[in-house]
Amino acid sequence: MKSNRREFLKLAAVSAMGIGAARLGFLGDAPAFAESVPTAANFEEGLKAKHWGMAIFTAKMTPEMNAKCRKACHTEHNVPDIAGPKEIKWFWGANFEESFPTEHGHYLSEEIEHRQFPLLCNQCETPMCVKVCPTQATFQRPDGIVMMDFHRCIGCRYCMAGCPYGARSFNFQDPRPFIKSFNPLFPTRMRGVVEKCNFCAERLAIGKLPVCVEAAEGALVFGDLSDEQSDIRKALREHFAIRRKPDAGTSPSVYYIL
Amino acid sequence: MYNAKYIIPGIIFFLALAFAPVVYNMGHKFEVTPELPKDQKDCVLPTQEMRDKHMQLLNEWRNEAVRDGNRIFVNAKGQKYVKSLTNTCMSCHTDKAKFCDRCHDTVGVAPYCWDCHNLTPDQKSPIPPVAQAASGGH
Repeated sequence: MKSNRREFLKLAAVSAMGIGAARLGFLGDAPAFAESVPTAANFEEGLKAKHWGMAIFTAKMTPEMNAKCRKACHTEHNVPDIAGPKEIKWFWGANFEESFPTEHGHYLSEEIEHRQFPLLCNQCETPMCVKVCPTQATFQRPDGIVMMDFHRCIGCRYCMAGCPYGARSFNFQDPRPFIKSFNPLFPTRMRGVVEKCNFCAERLAIGKLPVCVEAAEGALVFGDLSDEQSDIRKALREHFAIRRKPDAGTSPSVYYIL
Repeated sequence: MYNAKYIIPGIIFFLALAFAPVVYNMGHKFEVTPELPKDQKDCVLPTQEMRDKHMQLLNEWRNEAVRDGNRIFVNAKGQKYVKSLTNTCMSCHTDKAKFCDRCHDTVGVAPYCWDCHNLTPDQKSPIPPVAQAASGGH
């Protein structure tokens, strides 16, 4: 009996050590963001289009789905998590009245009235922000993406005044302490720079779809608006879609299917 | 010349003062030895060219990658590299303090690349582990 207990204790000690080692091994694993560095071969597989656009099945975009897409986007691009008027927004949500103030939708259906619409930079065809930017830090690529060159931004905020959609945010302070989930592969920003959604230009370059589109499980359709056979054109052919603030005359590339 | 006995010694004193640093450093060899990566032999360009022109190269890379969407750099040997400061340069030169800073501190330049760009693609947190003063005094 005595020797049995001794054996048991030995075995228990060894197993405990084993479990401890296994736990430690697990803790020492790569961090949650263990994506490998993209290689030159990845960049050769980049996606190309004449005019990138997005169609949103708004009925599928529940507040939970919205939050999921927002989190995916903000993690990918190191968007700081600041509450209040200094908030930095790349992907956010709002109700019908806020999203489509020019629709004057009195007596809306209950369901539409309470729906949360995902909002992001509209990547306009004639972007006001590009016209007003004095340093050409905001520019339009030939494929329609309205990009920001953070290196050139002097923080004058003309683009924020010009944008009819409030899609741009200004870094009033160093954003780094406010970044909760960090992606080392994408740069952060510094104080005094405006930022906005870039349609995941860095992901398109390595042949991947925007990260919100991946997270949305089909509720967001991304594709080439100039290609009649593309998924996005099919979605727009088959469903009624509206764009935000058409009277602003900027012709957004983001379509909301009601 | 009026007051030559004051002006000429004055000029000589001024010249001596102005050239004092040159005389002081005469004969001293100016050399900075940044720590090179041990597991890599080739850089994107020859060492001397990188030493002289890395800032021009980085400027070209940023314009081509961000503005033109042209993100692959092919060097004279035909090797392909991604135009990225963090993901290409800093994945080889993993220690900024022993590589970048040794030269920059010596010659007294403080580039503000690190206000936005991450130190390595393996970095765990967004705050670079450098003192505020060293991260660019602009």
